[in-house]
Amino acid sequence: MTAVEDPAAAVDLPPAKEVGQARRRKEDARLITGKTTWTDNMVLPGMLHLAVLRSPVAHGRITHLDVSAAKERPNVVAVYTGADLAEEQGSLPCAWPVTPDMVNPGHPSIAVEQVNHVGEAVAVVVARSRTAAADALEAIDVDYEPLPVVLDMEQAVQEGSPLVHDSTSSNTSYHFVFDAGEAGTGTDTDQAFADADVTVSRRFVQQRLIPAFMEPRSVVVQPAGDNYTMWSATQIPHILRVMAAMVTGIPEHKLRVIAPDVGGGFGGKLQVNPEEILCLLIARRLGKPVKWTETRGESLMTAHHGRDQVQFIDVAADRDGTVRGLRVRLLADMGAYLRLITPGVPALGAFMFPGIYKFPAYRFECDGVFTNKVPTDAYRGAGRPEATFAIERIMDELAVELGMDPLELRRKNWIGAEEFPFTTVAGLEYDSGDYHQATEAALELLGYDELRAEQQRRRESGDPVQLGIGFSTFTEMCGLAPSRVLGSLAFGAGGWEQASIRMLPTGKVEVVTGSTPHGQGHETAWSQIVADQLGVPFEDVEVLHGDTAISSRGLDTYGSRSLVVGGTAVVKAAEKVVEKARVIAAHLLEANADDLEFTGGKFSVRGTPGAGVGIQEVALAIFAAHDYPEGIEPSIDAEATFDPENFSFPHGTHICAMEIDTETGFAKIRKYACVDDVGTIVNPLIVEGQVHGGLAQGIAQAMYEEAIYDAEGNLTTGSFVDYLVPAASDLPHFDTGNTVHAATSNPLGAKGVGEAGCIASTPAVVNAALDAVRHLGVTDIRMPLTPERVWRAIHAGGDGGDRAAEGSNAYGGARTTESGIEEAQQ
Amino acid sequence: MTQINVRVDGASYTDDVEPRTLLVHYLREQLGKVGTVVGCDTSNCGACTVHLDGQAVKSCTVFAVQADGCQVTTIEGVATGEGDGATLHPVQRAFHEMHGLQCGFCTPGMIMASIDLLKENPDPSDEEVREGIEGNLCRCTGYQNIVRAVRQAAAEMNGKAADDPQAEPAAVDTAAAEHVAVQA
Repeated sequence: MTAVEDPAAAVDLPPAKEVGQARRRKEDARLITGKTTWTDNMVLPGMLHLAVLRSPVAHGRITHLDVSAAKERPNVVAVYTGADLAEEQGSLPCAWPVTPDMVNPGHPSIAVEQVNHVGEAVAVVVARSRTAAADALEAIDVDYEPLPVVLDMEQAVQEGSPLVHDSTSSNTSYHFVFDAGEAGTGTDTDQAFADADVTVSRRFVQQRLIPAFMEPRSVVVQPAGDNYTMWSATQIPHILRVMAAMVTGIPEHKLRVIAPDVGGGFGGKLQVNPEEILCLLIARRLGKPVKWTETRGESLMTAHHGRDQVQFIDVAADRDGTVRGLRVRLLADMGAYLRLITPGVPALGAFMFPGIYKFPAYRFECDGVFTNKVPTDAYRGAGRPEATFAIERIMDELAVELGMDPLELRRKNWIGAEEFPFTTVAGLEYDSGDYHQATEAALELLGYDELRAEQQRRRESGDPVQLGIGFSTFTEMCGLAPSRVLGSLAFGAGGWEQASIRMLPTGKVEVVTGSTPHGQGHETAWSQIVADQLGVPFEDVEVLHGDTAISSRGLDTYGSRSLVVGGTAVVKAAEKVVEKARVIAAHLLEANADDLEFTGGKFSVRGTPGAGVGIQEVALAIFAAHDYPEGIEPSIDAEATFDPENFSFPHGTHICAMEIDTETGFAKIRKYACVDDVGTIVNPLIVEGQVHGGLAQGIAQAMYEEAIYDAEGNLTTGSFVDYLVPAASDLPHFDTGNTVHAATSNPLGAKGVGEAGCIASTPAVVNAALDAVRHLGVTDIRMPLTPERVWRAIHAGGDGGDRAAEGSNAYGGARTTESGIEEAQQ
Repeated sequence: MTQINVRVDGASYTDDVEPRTLLVHYLREQLGKVGTVVGCDTSNCGACTVHLDGQAVKSCTVFAVQADGCQVTTIEGVATGEGDGATLHPVQRAFHEMHGLQCGFCTPGMIMASIDLLKENPDPSDEEVREGIEGNLCRCTGYQNIVRAVRQAAAEMNGKAADDPQAEPAAVDTAAAEHVAVQA
């Protein structure tokens, strides 16, 4: 086959650039019609169902466990206890030993002798139907010898506290320190504090949150001889495969993991779950497919939680507002076990506490603490929301102490646009940005001056509804990567990502990415990137992901790394495809490859744009393989792995205007405006959607959500009745915008957007609430800002109490209706 | 076991079900209508919303036997026509156009609830949409684009109401107009 001159081609315009367009998503077609492939949809011949008996006690020894009656129940195939599986179950992995002497007691998928939190598995039933399995759980007879329950981090680290694990000498798993003076990136912190005019110290509580992805976790394992296929509602099929192979001893090449449609994750599905391992072990034993799908109650109780830190923050400054030093001491609740990246979450945050400010001195210390609660691990932002909250809250407190405008204090201390790249006191190199520009744009979007005037009027008139305005000017380290840096932080894996591109004979393109989406729109954004790179129509690109047999290598989706790292791998693969196609095109055109230019998907000899051959025609020619250059393999596929040199650093300014009814304590967001800089925007529609979703979760931390345990260690917020994931009526309209300063660490210029809204919004909301009522003597209000807490803070002084209603959400289980407030006040 | 007769998405079924079987499990497991999903066990999330004789219900709060003799419409029955030639319901189309979904798990229930909302209130304000769908939880979108989608669908559906000359399409802010871009 030879290339022919196409007279029409001479007048063809190159296709419009795809990157930057608000393309509607390819993913939507199946999702809006119900033609989806959630894991729980899977039905296989002979499939068995697994149900888990879970511990009702937070800490106890199993003294009696009799499953014989359950085995006799109709349609029950097998029942297993921890003792039955002890030999083969291994320990669930922790991939982030943040210090060399970190204590990890190990974590069995199913308890063998002792349970350490409510919800821990103690027995499993396998039956021919889901209901039969659930019914049989009731026939299991189990007794526990209770052990002292340790729930409060600050008590857990006291001398003489009962121990969560017999095998450890204290409840402290690790003590992690970053001292900028010692690291050589800053000066002596104690000296800085001694020399400063003003110091401000605060204790902040990052309440425990639940990621609460909408699709409950589900796993199906199908054995075939000594091969296993696992479908799982996971963010991390590649990591899961490696870890499951290591835990169970099933050789990695005998295990295929598939993440089909996955209904949200937010870090909550960045985990190797006990049930995934149990399904694998039991499918191996029985030689039959096994499925487990959790109930929402199981999910809230046993899927990992997030946040849960007590933060002690000290800031030192000169009288004119120039910051001199920052000290952070954290207690971070690990829960009962160290899960996949549990210890690393607060350590990751260590680098973000200085925020966007030029602190000359910084010291961070963190204790990871065991308690009898479900483990914590990654949740949207993982470490960075906690850090951003602390710095953005204490900058407001410093402003109050100095009598300065909070924005003026920030302006005085933030990194100037002309100072990039800037190496921070924590040792990170921020590559690009303009905090001033984003702030000015956000002020305009909010209508700042008018709202400040209204605030003044309300204050002067003693209006029962007061108005406050709160800021959060933030940055975050995104695009997790680079591998060398992750290695220096003792993370168990690198941060690279892989992609391959396969040109099909008809000119269509398959893109295989190691980054595994769960709602982020990879199929659309990756198609846009490839359409531009190869000059092919957007519709001609298909993106494949989430199956280790198709996408052989990858590190999956978390930490806003997909576009920054995975998208760049796609660009690199596309460059290789073009270069290989160029050689073949030159052969077909009987020209020198160096003389060819490639525009709009077409190779043509420089100076004669009319003649040429399209890359899609090259694909057919190389498939036929009748005539191709010597030394060239007959394909134009390519793969690439990208490992960036640096993180990326999105930033932004978020401003919240909040109304507080001083008579009821009811807080309501009046207006929310934010301007984020996420670097180059591939798809504005997706970027905006990611910001909205992040805002909802960050605002939820400030106002609604908290995982609460009672004194015995029972999760009292164990359903959506009392764990208040906000509904549409609970959230405001968001006014969003962008500034664009391309990242310099990747050729796309992308910085990552998934976590921005979640990281930035929480302190903006709390700062706004305090701004509304500070003149009434309120100095702090603990999150979430329930009406009762706000009311108590206004009327009783202080911060509204640590646990406003012990053992229950302070909304009294009611949603955020006006009528609910009266209940809360009683 | 109890025998029931139901029409689901236009087809008739006669089946034996356990009295305790919930409608959502009957739809998913016996009929293979897996577009309707289960998101919670307390009827809070709304992911399982279907229409029962034209009314939106959470199919986890209805026993399959209660649907005996009823018409059920699921997400798989709201588009008209079949296969590639199917015409999406305006609400489905609007969710796509306005980016009213991300992971998509809540989406079938959200669309079914929204269709019912527009039947009750053909021209809702933003606030009325937010109140109208508060029984359906979404963890991805922050709801703003869902509100836009429902408003856009209302506008389109009202525009088609040829028998009402007074009908005016509702004003809908577009994503582009609301999202401010500042170029460096």
